[in-house]
Amino acid sequence: MKLHEYQSKQIFSKYGIPIPKGRAAATATEARQIAEELGGRVVIKSQVLIGGRGKAGGIRVAKSAKEAEEFATQILSMEIKGLPVRKVLVDEAANIDHEIYLGITNDRAARRPVIMASAAGGVEIEEVARTSPEKIIKIHIDPLLGLRDFQARDLAVGIDLPKEYWKQFTEICRGLWRTYVECDATLAEINPLVILKEKHLMALDGKMLVDDNALFRHTDLAEMRDVDEEVYVETEARKYGLSFIKLDGQIGCMVNGAGLAMATMDIVKLFGGEPANFLDIGGGASAEKVAAALRIILSDKNVKAILFNVFGGITRCDEVARGILTALKEVKSNIPMIVRLIGTNADEGRKLLVDAAMITAETLVDAAQKAVAATKTLEAKG
Amino acid sequence: MSILINKQTRLLVQGITGNEGLFHTQQMLTYGTKVVAGVTPGKGGEWALGDKVPVFDSCRAAVDATGANVTVIFVPSRGAPDAMFEAADAGIPLIVCITEGVPVQDMMRVREYLDQKKVRLLGPNCPGLLTTGESKVGIIPNDIAIPGNVGVVSRSGTLTYEVLFALKQNQMGVTTCVGIGGDPINGTNFIDCLDLFEADPRTEMIVMIGEIGGSDEEKAAQFIAANMTKPVVSFIAGQTAPPGKRMGHAGAIIEGGAGTAADKVKALEAAGVKVARYPEEIPSLLV
Repeated sequence: MKLHEYQSKQIFSKYGIPIPKGRAAATATEARQIAEELGGRVVIKSQVLIGGRGKAGGIRVAKSAKEAEEFATQILSMEIKGLPVRKVLVDEAANIDHEIYLGITNDRAARRPVIMASAAGGVEIEEVARTSPEKIIKIHIDPLLGLRDFQARDLAVGIDLPKEYWKQFTEICRGLWRTYVECDATLAEINPLVILKEKHLMALDGKMLVDDNALFRHTDLAEMRDVDEEVYVETEARKYGLSFIKLDGQIGCMVNGAGLAMATMDIVKLFGGEPANFLDIGGGASAEKVAAALRIILSDKNVKAILFNVFGGITRCDEVARGILTALKEVKSNIPMIVRLIGTNADEGRKLLVDAAMITAETLVDAAQKAVAATKTLEAKG
Repeated sequence: MSILINKQTRLLVQGITGNEGLFHTQQMLTYGTKVVAGVTPGKGGEWALGDKVPVFDSCRAAVDATGANVTVIFVPSRGAPDAMFEAADAGIPLIVCITEGVPVQDMMRVREYLDQKKVRLLGPNCPGLLTTGESKVGIIPNDIAIPGNVGVVSRSGTLTYEVLFALKQNQMGVTTCVGIGGDPINGTNFIDCLDLFEADPRTEMIVMIGEIGGSDEEKAAQFIAANMTKPVVSFIAGQTAPPGKRMGHAGAIIEGGAGTAADKVKALEAAGVKVARYPEEIPSLLV
């Protein structure tokens, strides 16, 4: 789960990391009020869950409260890479002397957290990694030991940070480590961490990703999820414990198991079709879950055929068949449906679907070819 | 011969009295696995499945009483890390964790601790493993693989079943099938299994099923080129996956242009591995 900048910085602040004074606003009037409180000179920053806000004109420095209102009006009417701006963060403007990058994330290959710093802050770290990787200092952290102060000092030395800032920098590293651990973050990033002309350090921007699997122990964070920023059907799918990703094709796919779901999409493409979605109904899927999944697929008007590929193990094929029948009672549909059921209770499942006028398939190849053929027939009919 | 488990495997089931635990313990017993003990804290002294399996309060007690040498975990995700720590602490040398959805930071701590204890982990978020005709640990359906000379290693669950089924349809049999799991931080990886299969006299060829995300398939390709004499056939799921989206498995995500199916296929083909376009093509590539 992604958090907004204003949410991430509030969390950083709880762990002792200095952030600018400021608040989020949903209207231009609100933005003006906040700017007045902060003395007029502020930065208006669009709050969308995507990078490149600055380049898109979604970050503006205002010299007065009146200008803050103008900029907020403009930014709140913008779309950035397709995402409408619903909130702006109004922060006091900082006197920046130098910009640093600081972040902690999971290093999958090393199976450890890694803390990274760079003197080249303020730009996308992926860009720095591509063009001049030597400018990024990385230190792995023992997950049982946690970040030690000497490691933070090693980072400071690595990025040539002047000695007078080492103590502050170490405290910020410690705070960021606690944020990362206590929030089950998969990324906690400050970019830029700035040296102010007033000679202290401050986190001007913040980004956090939280492990979805750990949200059960962070109900406060789970409530921060911005569902407005998600594709509606993906939110709906999560409610039923389905894993769903919308794509642009015409063949809806309903599969049990993530790997098999990907393989099913791939084979649809291989035989000349385009998958409309990734959908994993999970292990032991109930009829209710299957019905929800089918409603979600059918809500996509691009879908011209649906391919069901179920390999029964924990999941029972008859249960899946019942779910399909339940959903079809609620949502009438003439869309061709191709069903392949293999494994646990497959025969019972097939019997249940006999009267439902569905196309059956024996192999995965057969199923994919029939699904693609069904969309082509529709196209030919016009 | 086989890898990791065989007739001598004495299995402990953690979380044996839950729905999943009971159902799959019965399935494993039917397959012929020697399930010697179960653990559910608070239910020590009871029996599971009538009088078939004694239940203990702790792994330590179960190991002391029964000499269990492999454990399988069906404990829900919030308790699974503790179950793994406990099993390692009791000295069980092989832990198989079926549980899905274990937080990744927990897994980093578990893996670190298990490495220090020199304990082998399979999973989490995996279907377990099966040595045909001898022993099954986990949830792979009982009747989809026949004995033979193919070793199978996979990051997926149902996709693995699909491949086992395709092999069986072509009268091709399996030595051991290992599901290593779909999480970003897991235990035993492709290279570990390839190494074991290379050393196993009964395994003559290997099927490796990968998917998008991470770089384990690329590393396996290097290992194959340098160390494997037995032929390897592969399939990589996720050719059509969009970047930045997590495709069900927590580990299946294309990040910053890395971890794509195309890269993995290229690396494997460069190492002399035949890569199938779809699962059912695999049997025809095994010669």
